[in-house]
Amino acid sequence: MTSVAQAPPDRSRARARISYGIRLTLLILFLVIFLIPVYVLLATSFKPLTEADPGQAWNLPGTWTFEAWRVAWEKLRPGLVNSFLLAVPGSLISAILGSMNGYVLSKWRFPGSDLLFTLFLFGMFIPYQGVMIPLVQVMVNLGVYGGIPGLILAHVVYGIPICTLIFRNYYVTIPDELIEASRVDGAGMLRTFWSVVLPVSAPAFAVVIIWQFTSMWNDFLFAVFLTGPQSWPATVLLNNIAGAQATPYSQQMAAAILSSIPTMIIYILLGRFFMRGLMAGALKG
Amino acid sequence: MTRVRRWLPGLLLVTPSIVAIAVFVYGMLGWNFQLAMTDKHDEISEGKFVGLTNFVELWDQPRWHISVNHAIVFTLVFVGGALVLGWLLAFLMEKGIKGEGTFRAIYLFPMAISFVATGIVWRWLMNSGQDERAVGLNRLFDSIGLDFLQWEWFRNQDWGMAAMAIPAIWQMSGYVMALFLAGFRGVPEELREAARVDGCTEWKVYRYVVLPFLRPVTLSALIILGHISLKVFDLIVAVSGKQIITDVPAVFMWVAVFDSHDPAKGATIASYIVLSVAVFVVPYLIWSVRREKH
Repeated sequence: MTSVAQAPPDRSRARARISYGIRLTLLILFLVIFLIPVYVLLATSFKPLTEADPGQAWNLPGTWTFEAWRVAWEKLRPGLVNSFLLAVPGSLISAILGSMNGYVLSKWRFPGSDLLFTLFLFGMFIPYQGVMIPLVQVMVNLGVYGGIPGLILAHVVYGIPICTLIFRNYYVTIPDELIEASRVDGAGMLRTFWSVVLPVSAPAFAVVIIWQFTSMWNDFLFAVFLTGPQSWPATVLLNNIAGAQATPYSQQMAAAILSSIPTMIIYILLGRFFMRGLMAGALKG
Repeated sequence: MTRVRRWLPGLLLVTPSIVAIAVFVYGMLGWNFQLAMTDKHDEISEGKFVGLTNFVELWDQPRWHISVNHAIVFTLVFVGGALVLGWLLAFLMEKGIKGEGTFRAIYLFPMAISFVATGIVWRWLMNSGQDERAVGLNRLFDSIGLDFLQWEWFRNQDWGMAAMAIPAIWQMSGYVMALFLAGFRGVPEELREAARVDGCTEWKVYRYVVLPFLRPVTLSALIILGHISLKVFDLIVAVSGKQIITDVPAVFMWVAVFDSHDPAKGATIASYIVLSVAVFVVPYLIWSVRREKH
């Protein structure tokens, strides 16, 4: 009697355990597939040239060497420096602009500000190809074509939509009463921004700075169109290194890893904020 | 007057951004479109207005047809693949799994890497050499007895662009997973429970309770993947350079500007890319802003 009564929960528990096992197995399988490129990058980058033949393509290095890393570092270093000179100031300026815009569009609205926000948002989705030829022309006319300042200008301007969006969605969660109270106390817009809004803005700043740093660091299109050899960031230099027929695979892989280290460190340490930026990209707060 | 004083400072504060967006986004889109309607086919000529001639004549070029076909194949495989894989990963994880944080972090990490770095490692993996000369995945297939799976990857005449979509799927499906996972977690547990009490099978619970909740997320994912796909550039250049065999509009435009020195043609291709994105992004933006208001 009791055993009959207990049978369904038992069976469903067994079924749950089997389903859990299947799910776990599949997830691990996908994990291995996802990590194949990482294995290739690491294993190949430590190989000496003597182990470059196709027969040993998937083997671990027989003798481990840093030679490829040393050469890749030398070739890539100017690009890494340029990328830092681009992404650090660029992401800071983006965050400052974004926080001012987000503040106004959420707490200090004016007639037509919602329409304006929609018009901003479209800027987030435009393929940059559609502005590239005029942009090059304008950069030439402004005298900033080819250099890093021009590249920063482009990234900051085309980053306005996403930065505004992230800050606006964040500031919407600040109670209006706080702003009202500050207003009643006689504080103006800037004063309120400075003393009420900015002190609680740290998370949004983190999200925006990380997002902008990553996209500026990883950008290739703007860099190819707007910069000359002296100012090439890491992505362009990396593409040139890897594109040259004579570059051995070990150096290509080492260079690819080197160019990814800064964004990977950010991802590992601050993944939480990185995720929020990603989610904001989906237009959800 | 007092009302104006109330909102004027706000307007002033965003004015620099308004000007920047007006000039750099809308102004330049318009300028580019205008350039596409001239005969400025070299860098020195003035450029006379020729209407939509360039837009029509582009279709006489075989390379344009090739690049459009490539973009379509790439988009279908990439968007479909990333959506299905991302959904599957989220589906496998949504009921909770030990070590979920680790799984998520690893599926998502390719997002933090540039398309250029991704392209370099996948070019190696998708090397077209076979048998004796095989490296990459072909070598792997060969050595585990699956040698019939060897093929030319992105150098295949017909389906090369499907191979080109694989690295893009690798890079973006973790993102789709994160979106879907957020969608799954947004379904109130009481609703599922209520449906179960009413005698729904797990499949029916999924179909009638969970799925409707996933619709907005699916739409967002489609829009994001779609617009990435239509302007794809970095990945193609990193994997195969400017070869015709993997040409897409964005690469064709680059060639038109830098190799053919034909601004009007480059602008025409760019206009087509913008239009292809705008036809679905503009309705989506209007829809989502309206939805937010309600």
